[in-house]
Amino acid sequence: MSSQTLTVDPVPRSLVQQRPRGAEILIQALVHEGVESIFGYPGGAVLHIYDELWRARDRITHYLVRHEQGAVHMAEGYARASGRVGVALVTSGPGATNALTGIANAYMDSTPIVVITGQVPTRLIGTDAFQEVDTVGITRSCVKHNYLVRDVRDLAPIVHEAFYLARRGRPGPVVIDIPKDVSASQTSYSRLKNITFPCIETSLPPDPSVVQTAATAILKAERPVLYVGGGIVNSGAAHALRVLAEQLKLPVAPTLMGLGGFPSAHSLCLNMLGMHGTYAANMAVAESDLLIAIGVRFDDRVTGKLATFAPNAKVIHIDIDPANVGKNRAPDISLIADARGAIEALHAEILMRESETLQSLKTRERWWTTIRAWQREQPLRFTGSRNQIKPQSVVRSLHRLTNGNALIVTDVGQHQMWAAQFYPFSRARQWITSGGLGAMGFGIPAAIGAQLARRDQLVVAIVGDGGFQMTNQELIVAMQYDLPVKVLIMNNGYLGMVRQWQEMFYERTYSEVDLSVSPDFVKLAEAYGALGIRATKPEELEDVLAKGLSHHGVAVMDVVVSKEENVFPIVPAGGNSRDMIVGIRN
Amino acid sequence: MRHTLSIVVADQPGELSRIVGLFSARGFNIETLSVGQTIDANWSRVTVVTRGDDRTIEQIVKQCERLARVREVIDVTGQPHIEREMALIDVAATPGEMRQEVLSLVGVFRAKVVDISETGMIIEASGNKEKVEAFIELLRPIGIRDVTRTGCIAIGRLSPVTTTNVVQEDESFVI
Repeated sequence: MSSQTLTVDPVPRSLVQQRPRGAEILIQALVHEGVESIFGYPGGAVLHIYDELWRARDRITHYLVRHEQGAVHMAEGYARASGRVGVALVTSGPGATNALTGIANAYMDSTPIVVITGQVPTRLIGTDAFQEVDTVGITRSCVKHNYLVRDVRDLAPIVHEAFYLARRGRPGPVVIDIPKDVSASQTSYSRLKNITFPCIETSLPPDPSVVQTAATAILKAERPVLYVGGGIVNSGAAHALRVLAEQLKLPVAPTLMGLGGFPSAHSLCLNMLGMHGTYAANMAVAESDLLIAIGVRFDDRVTGKLATFAPNAKVIHIDIDPANVGKNRAPDISLIADARGAIEALHAEILMRESETLQSLKTRERWWTTIRAWQREQPLRFTGSRNQIKPQSVVRSLHRLTNGNALIVTDVGQHQMWAAQFYPFSRARQWITSGGLGAMGFGIPAAIGAQLARRDQLVVAIVGDGGFQMTNQELIVAMQYDLPVKVLIMNNGYLGMVRQWQEMFYERTYSEVDLSVSPDFVKLAEAYGALGIRATKPEELEDVLAKGLSHHGVAVMDVVVSKEENVFPIVPAGGNSRDMIVGIRN
Repeated sequence: MRHTLSIVVADQPGELSRIVGLFSARGFNIETLSVGQTIDANWSRVTVVTRGDDRTIEQIVKQCERLARVREVIDVTGQPHIEREMALIDVAATPGEMRQEVLSLVGVFRAKVVDISETGMIIEASGNKEKVEAFIELLRPIGIRDVTRTGCIAIGRLSPVTTTNVVQEDESFVI
């Protein structure tokens, strides 16, 4: 245990004299935290805060969403594109419950966001008052921490601590629930002193003796694989990872969340592993004698059946969250540390061992021969068609037309996996997706948040026709604030991933997955004032994409793709790499 | 295996439910639970008795440590410690032979009679889990109407080497 000390700028004198009300203190504290943008939706319990936000509109820009789930997804898209803390503001009751999906999503994907919720006045708490829910209670299991602010004097310290906690260690969401009377009441709030609170510190520097042991294991391994995840992106470890991988010619298999943390087109990259991972990545892990797992959590979508995952491998597990280590797979060597610091320490240690490095590189040749054979045997591929647009070819075309530079945000489902498989990423934070929670509806609002954070980048939301209908109302937010996201709908008239499972595992009983009755997405886009265009034939595809991508404002590209395409390879849930179905045989 | 965890958490509203909620959300079991202030009124000690293999216990400890207001989590099972639990037992012991039998058991177990009426007695007993349970089992044939148990509390021994035997002796209740 150690004590953390937070130093906070003193509040300006003018505030002291005026005895500011809670809402003003909140805004001031947010400004101190460097907040420039808030995604939110007003309501009764946050009226004081909105009143104050209006006064502070030259310092903080509020983005009026159309549904609270959109606000939190936008905050997450903003956070993941920028590396900063995203902020959402919603009212009590339904505001908070609507925000819940977004909060859970940020929790599963370790994204730093602060969600401020209004609450009924303290004297009404517990009385089943109008628009009352126990926000702290219902969000408890999907936040890093949450607060019910009972006294206005606690408000500023809580806000600062919330930002600290959201960022610290493994990032995540923090909820601050503010009763209406607290945001209204004034306080003599003189100066914010240093905030000291005890906590168990997790951001320790890597233990040198463990680094040595791990380096030895890596140098001795004959068939090592780097299994890397979202922790690489969160800790800014992409460069360090590349240096380490190149130093020892280590094969790299990123998870869905780790995409972009290592360049997909790099010769050492095996591309995504797991349920819809590449044959080579999954085979390499299955045959590996050492898994170097960094910033990952041995999620079931990666491991399949745990007992047969990487059965012959020793495991080095590096993670900032001690609870991730040993949760699903007991490691042989564990290092609780920030990914970047740990990788740099490993690199430095290995640099000092020249002869061992040479020896290690010799054994690597044989390993790569095996891996290259797997890559040749079963590359990612699909069968083309002259009559129908293949969804995989849409991603390929998108990659070509954007020079591989677009910031890709996805929804959840088949299109998400095709995007992960067929769009090679070249940098961290180029890929934003709903991984752990798998929340349909994430794509459009997250893209809007990402576009706000990165106005310099072309942001493309790839969504399915199902997910599009969950949150397309947020397109008007993109219009309102001139955030020119491009939305690419992979329209197959189905809930495609569910349909695929029904085809493969439920004897083609297509139960309630038919979305052929849907609105006209082009007209819908036009109703929002956006550009709406459609491609239905392969020869139309590139023109439509080019037109949509080069449009200055918001564009919706409705791409009608082949209806019953499946995502391959697939490792059936609970299976292992031996059960992998590659789809197309040689 | 049975483990006793001692968790120090900020004495603030809702903190206990974070711990309890974590146990249920992650499928850990709680055998007994007891909460009280530490010497510093700002901090509470939560003593949880749980069961699980080493990996499960390790996960419980780590997950509890992730909570922002938890200051320390100690699995006291592996170290010299004292565990106690208290029970209030309502025994249907009517005047006469039955009452004498209860009183003699009370003497052997160093328990206390804290209430008495024509139809029964309330006994206060404390000790480790085994002692309290042995006592309850011996009272059962006489007729227990109700039992309230506190669950375990635990504290580390002062100096494991020198005091172990002394205190062990106090705990023994050989008839």
